[in-house]
Amino acid sequence: MHDNYMKLEIPSKSQNEAFVRVVVASFASQLDPTIEELADVKTAVSEAVTNAIIHGYENKMGIITIECRIIKNKLEIIVEDKGKGIEDIEKAMEPFYTSRPEMERSGMGFTVMETFMDELKVQSEVGKGTVVKMVKVFKSISSEG
Amino acid sequence: MIGGLALQLNFYITGKTLVVSFSGELDHHTAENIRKKIDSYYDEKMLKNIVLDLDNLNFMDSSGIGLILGRYKKAMNNNGKLLLANASTRVKKILVMSGITKIIKIYDSVSNALDNI
Repeated sequence: MHDNYMKLEIPSKSQNEAFVRVVVASFASQLDPTIEELADVKTAVSEAVTNAIIHGYENKMGIITIECRIIKNKLEIIVEDKGKGIEDIEKAMEPFYTSRPEMERSGMGFTVMETFMDELKVQSEVGKGTVVKMVKVFKSISSEG
Repeated sequence: MIGGLALQLNFYITGKTLVVSFSGELDHHTAENIRKKIDSYYDEKMLKNIVLDLDNLNFMDSSGIGLILGRYKKAMNNNGKLLLANASTRVKKILVMSGITKIIKIYDSVSNALDNI
């Protein structure tokens, strides 16, 4: 009934991380989230966008696309970049693994996404880019329309 | 007070301890900005310990974990300690999830943290 969709394109500038969080949180508010659910979504999307900036585009310029879809009581978020791509997705998703230790990265990005969201899928191709898809199920409203 | 619109820092020194109070959001962007500021101040004043006061932090992602760990290593290399104070439920969630609380303790006030230096 209240299904909805949005798409946002931003250049891979780190000052846009906060902006994306606000946009996604604002969109998600249609699902009548609890403060905790909203914070979970903001944190997860912040991780995905940061990954696209630091790893996908390696701090160079590129476009990051954020799409959100509301389907009944689920929020689906897709963060896509056309950057470097991930060679070994399983390794990248290991807690504490980081390919940029010199940048004081904790290697927890994917772990945060997995913990704070209900579903996480990562697809990537070296040289082509990465698509991170996350789903959050909102408990506060009924799943019927 | 230093920093930008998204994150401000307040420094004060007590003994050989630097207390850094955060206000705002700690993410990759703001962490990059403040990392060197904290380190320079710590080095310049020849300090030993660090207490991070997270009372007014209203957002933190894993970039914050990296920042905290980096300052922890810095203090440790100098035979000092790093302690956290005033983590909100939200901030505690990510701190505990990262496992960092196994090596860095969180106190419910800056004064309690300072008592445990």
